[in-house]
Amino acid sequence: MSEKDLKDCGVARETLVTLYSRMLLIRRLEEKIAELYPRQEMRCPTHLSIGQEAVAAGVCSALEKDDTVFLNHRCHAAYIAKGGDIRKVMAELYGKKTGCTKGRGGSMHLVDPDVGVIGASAILAGTIPIACGAAMSYKRKKIKRVAVCFFGDAAIEEGTFFESVNLALVWQLPVLFVCENNGLSTCTPLAKRQVPVPIHERVKAFGMPVAAVDGNDALAVYEAARDAVARARKGKGPSFIEASTYRWLEHVGPNFDWSLGYRSKEEVEDAMRRCPVKTFEERLAAAGILTGGQKTMLRDEISERVEDAARFGKESAFPDPHELLEATDG
Amino acid sequence: MAEARRELKYWEAISEATVQAMEADESVFVFGIGVDDPKKIFGTTKAAYERFGAARVFDTPVSENALTGVAIGASLTGSRPVMIHARNDFMYYCMDQLFNHAAKWYDMLGGLMRAPIVVRAIVGRGWGQGSQHSQSLQALFAHVPGLNVALPSSPYDAKGLFLAAIRGDAPTILIENRKLYEVSGPVPKEPYALPVGKGAVLKKGKDATIVAFSQAVQDALEAAAVLKGAGIDAEVVDPRWAKPLDKDLILSSVKKTGRLLVMDTSWKSYGVSAEVAALAAEHAFSDLKAPVARIALPDMPAPTTQALEKVFYPTVGDVVHAVEKLFGRKRKGATRLRPAAKETFTGPF
Repeated sequence: MSEKDLKDCGVARETLVTLYSRMLLIRRLEEKIAELYPRQEMRCPTHLSIGQEAVAAGVCSALEKDDTVFLNHRCHAAYIAKGGDIRKVMAELYGKKTGCTKGRGGSMHLVDPDVGVIGASAILAGTIPIACGAAMSYKRKKIKRVAVCFFGDAAIEEGTFFESVNLALVWQLPVLFVCENNGLSTCTPLAKRQVPVPIHERVKAFGMPVAAVDGNDALAVYEAARDAVARARKGKGPSFIEASTYRWLEHVGPNFDWSLGYRSKEEVEDAMRRCPVKTFEERLAAAGILTGGQKTMLRDEISERVEDAARFGKESAFPDPHELLEATDG
Repeated sequence: MAEARRELKYWEAISEATVQAMEADESVFVFGIGVDDPKKIFGTTKAAYERFGAARVFDTPVSENALTGVAIGASLTGSRPVMIHARNDFMYYCMDQLFNHAAKWYDMLGGLMRAPIVVRAIVGRGWGQGSQHSQSLQALFAHVPGLNVALPSSPYDAKGLFLAAIRGDAPTILIENRKLYEVSGPVPKEPYALPVGKGAVLKKGKDATIVAFSQAVQDALEAAAVLKGAGIDAEVVDPRWAKPLDKDLILSSVKKTGRLLVMDTSWKSYGVSAEVAALAAEHAFSDLKAPVARIALPDMPAPTTQALEKVFYPTVGDVVHAVEKLFGRKRKGATRLRPAAKETFTGPF
């Protein structure tokens, strides 16, 4: 897929810089997590989005603060892109009471109702119908909000996905389905799991407006999401975006995994050459939108925020054992 | 007060509660497979549909799991959904959304959000409903932390527990037994909610405690009347909720009488009756004068033919015998039972 020249793309410079800075923040934070993770202080299954940042950044940059997102086990990227607090992410991974969910949920359940992140589930396709329910509330209450659910390519193998697509169309709900297709379910490639018809083609057969985009191109993702969100806000119902991308690291954990043999080192390195952060940075520079000085400033600021978040997480207190039953309904 | 003695049938009480809940709170809506069809869920959604129309009482695709997720999502964003399963056997399809999501939302997400959904689970019984149209799943729902489970046994409870569920903040399953649908009883006209997790002593007694849930309460009350004639003063306790369970009420009765029979409308093993028996063993062991007895369904799918249904479901006679056994009495001839009430539950649905 060819990439647009950012200079004349019709998207505000501010938005383009936001796309980049969000991707960079996600990348730096996750690199920090990968660095700290082996110390055995972050003790929860952690699924990193390194290589997939453009999807979360592109979609969330097309949303308003009051729009809501519903996430899956690989949820750091969209949580951050929607405006979540990275200090709370680090604290959550360390199991501290200052974390997103006070250490109750861990890495796979990052939420913050104040910025519209109101659901994250480790069960594949789990939050897809829940997003539809939120969209139903907005439609019933005539609130011009949109609910967005993020899920991977394997989630569409669950029946709940197709149940949700059907009912979202029947009821014309203001919901956006975002399929982050990284071609892998843990270590199992798409070809072993699904029919050889592109995912978006199958969903289109329901009568769903669909877009297939390069999920490593933040601008392409942003534009598809912007159009889908505008349709939903006008009462024109749901849309589906298939964003093709690539997971650099192992399914869960901080390491490269080509040694497992299910994919080659060359395949991973090829994907890394198409790094969504680096390519976007180069396009911004080529369009004269981001100067070398601005880039350095941004990088320094983000590094500082990441270090601060890591420190905050590590230094925060654990929940008191007496708090165990506090959040429990009677 | 003449008003308080007004009688409604069980299904009419649910219908009235639904209308009153929707009147009181605009965010309440009712949905599920067939809620607006000609039969209107055995009549329970008819009045609400006529009053509030298709915008608030609406049919759905046949997608139970996704619909449960829809209810959760709606509940997170200021709506109060009531989801209905005319056949709760189809709820096995919903287990992911119920157990992994609704039940966990509050605790798993650090107490930041609640998912106050109400699910009406209607259970068939008798008249050949068979293995997939008669399962009562209270033990399953009560086992996974995070869901409240109510089992109304009378028209009064049907209304009061429905309104408790819709006003409460916890996801709640209401288990309605079809055999009770035509039962009449006093129901106050004004809206009222029964307290969550609180049961009731329906008949006071000093000799033995019968703890019964849902439809079994009817059998327990009838048995208690027979036992009275045989010189046994049984207390009938209806916990109303399988979760949270009114442990104090059960234990205070058991400590008073020293004898306990537990009756459940579902299978015996690993069920609600086992939970109540364990409660007595843990906290009232020294008060017990006899081993705890249980009446529940045999561990097998329900048969269809009336010849086998007759022995699959316990009778009032079984209850009487079980209580007499707590006193070491051996049966001499048949206890005189009142003739069985006319069967009100007829097919084909």
